[in-house]
Amino acid sequence: MSTYLLGRLGSLVISLLVASIVIFLILEVVPGDPAQFMLGMNAQPDTLAALREQLGLDQPAFSRYVTWLFGMLHGDLGISYTYKTPVTELVLQRLGVSLPLAVLSLSLTILIAFPAGILAAAKRNSRTDFAVMGVTQFGVAVPNFWFAILLVWVFAVILHWFSAGGFPGWDKGLWIGLRSLILPAIALALPQASILARVMRSALLDTLEEDYIRSARARGLSQRATLWRHAVRNALIPVLTIVGLQFAFLLAGAIIIENVFFLPGLGRLIFQGITQRDLIVVKSVVMLLVFAVILVNFLVDLSYIAVDPRLRRR
Amino acid sequence: MADAGIASIDLPRGSLLRAALRSPSFVAGAIVTLLFVGIALLSFVWTPYDFAAQDIPNKLHAPTAAHWFGTDQYGRDVFSQILVGARTSLAVALIAVTVGVGVGVPLGLWAAARRGTLLDETIMRLNDLVFAFPALLIAILITAVFGPSATNAVIAIGIFNIPVFARLSRAAALSIWTRDFILAARVAGKGATRISLEHILPNILNTLVVQITIQFSLGILAEAALAYVGLGAQPPTPSWGKMLADSQTLISLAPHLAIIPGVAIVLTVLGLNLMGDGLRDIFDPRLQRSRQ
Repeated sequence: MSTYLLGRLGSLVISLLVASIVIFLILEVVPGDPAQFMLGMNAQPDTLAALREQLGLDQPAFSRYVTWLFGMLHGDLGISYTYKTPVTELVLQRLGVSLPLAVLSLSLTILIAFPAGILAAAKRNSRTDFAVMGVTQFGVAVPNFWFAILLVWVFAVILHWFSAGGFPGWDKGLWIGLRSLILPAIALALPQASILARVMRSALLDTLEEDYIRSARARGLSQRATLWRHAVRNALIPVLTIVGLQFAFLLAGAIIIENVFFLPGLGRLIFQGITQRDLIVVKSVVMLLVFAVILVNFLVDLSYIAVDPRLRRR
Repeated sequence: MADAGIASIDLPRGSLLRAALRSPSFVAGAIVTLLFVGIALLSFVWTPYDFAAQDIPNKLHAPTAAHWFGTDQYGRDVFSQILVGARTSLAVALIAVTVGVGVGVPLGLWAAARRGTLLDETIMRLNDLVFAFPALLIAILITAVFGPSATNAVIAIGIFNIPVFARLSRAAALSIWTRDFILAARVAGKGATRISLEHILPNILNTLVVQITIQFSLGILAEAALAYVGLGAQPPTPSWGKMLADSQTLISLAPHLAIIPGVAIVLTVLGLNLMGDGLRDIFDPRLQRSRQ
């Protein structure tokens, strides 16, 4: 087990290193000079040179990469070119929107998908199963941003239950803040829940065919008890894998959804960074998101050990 | 992997077609897909109006007999835009899948032929690495850096198709390599490349076809998302995602602008997914049994 852990930890570190190199290189080839962008077109050459020196832009690429990497290890993500504030500060601010949104939508995804998938598998080939499969087939095909637009139309424009977008801030009260995240969370969760429900169903159907299920039934265990005590638990491995992958989708999907609802989260920060050529923001925030995704996948791998005792003996 | 079983089913051509036509989801999916391919092709020779022609006095009309899908904020015909948009959507997804198959399948076959070597290990670890990136995030980064355009959207989506096909074809190929007829081919003196092309590839085609339909539908969703945030095809080229972005501020005045392109995306993706499901059932009778 410890070799398994060490191996996974090693590949985690290598993945992060390669990711940082790739992100750095992609942004190296961006046309346009951030110093020029900050000072405008009429900037004097000497002011420009001074600013470039101050930002470290006159250093060779390799040393800038190393500075960036070591800065990140110390929690220093650099100074935003446009906001003139530490990127770490910006990120922490924006996390106040993005993190609750991700948690809310992932919880919704699981709350919808688990019962739907288990129900469909338990009542295989019934009308319930057919309905769940039909709805999820649709859910998989719906782009989340379109679903978001429709939600805004129905619940904000016609019914006036929610605001069409924007985020009032947590200082206005928990419910007011939460209310502005409900539609975005639903828009993110429903397509993901459709995928997860289908995975849950087919994973359960696979485990229900296993011999130990038959022996459990032969021992006189009721169908319900067999389902919950043996089948669901064993079906969790593929399901957990997908939940891990979905976290990545939720992060990336949130970039689009934050744009639909004008939410000041990390996704909009990346977009603003791109349009304002605020490369240090783009670089650091993208790296942070990739780190989050790689870390979650690592944790999912570890959770296999908790779910499947056979892996502990390795 | 469970997928490996799919590759070993050898159905004669005629019975494959008959089996396909008996699968309701394949037939439904194929009809919808062919419909959209048809309208994409049709748009090259005919659209009811010039898709870019503005007619401001007739802007934001709801669907009428003259404009089946209504008009947009510049009075342009929405039906014509949907037809041309189908072209953009399908072309981007098609090329992105071609990139994935063209690079991924040879890589996977190569890794399988040299299984257990450093080369195999390197190829597979590189694949894992690409998998670790949130695809849409990097696609946004690529299109933002190299400029928003349909071509860059294709590259961004295509890159993430490569590891999907590499991993799949390696897994499927590995199971074929253990078969007796491969041993016979080796005894006959055929090299690894020739065996891969003549014996492995034809036997993993079924598996690949199913995955192609899946990646195709994911490509359409990805293109729509990129276009929605302004990083896909640029105006005046119509694209369903861009149409949705434009519709957002007009939703209370002209809801049809937000509904129609969305329905087009959903139907196309749904058609491809149904086709994929149907094909999977046909190629893998074991799976079909467990579903009954």
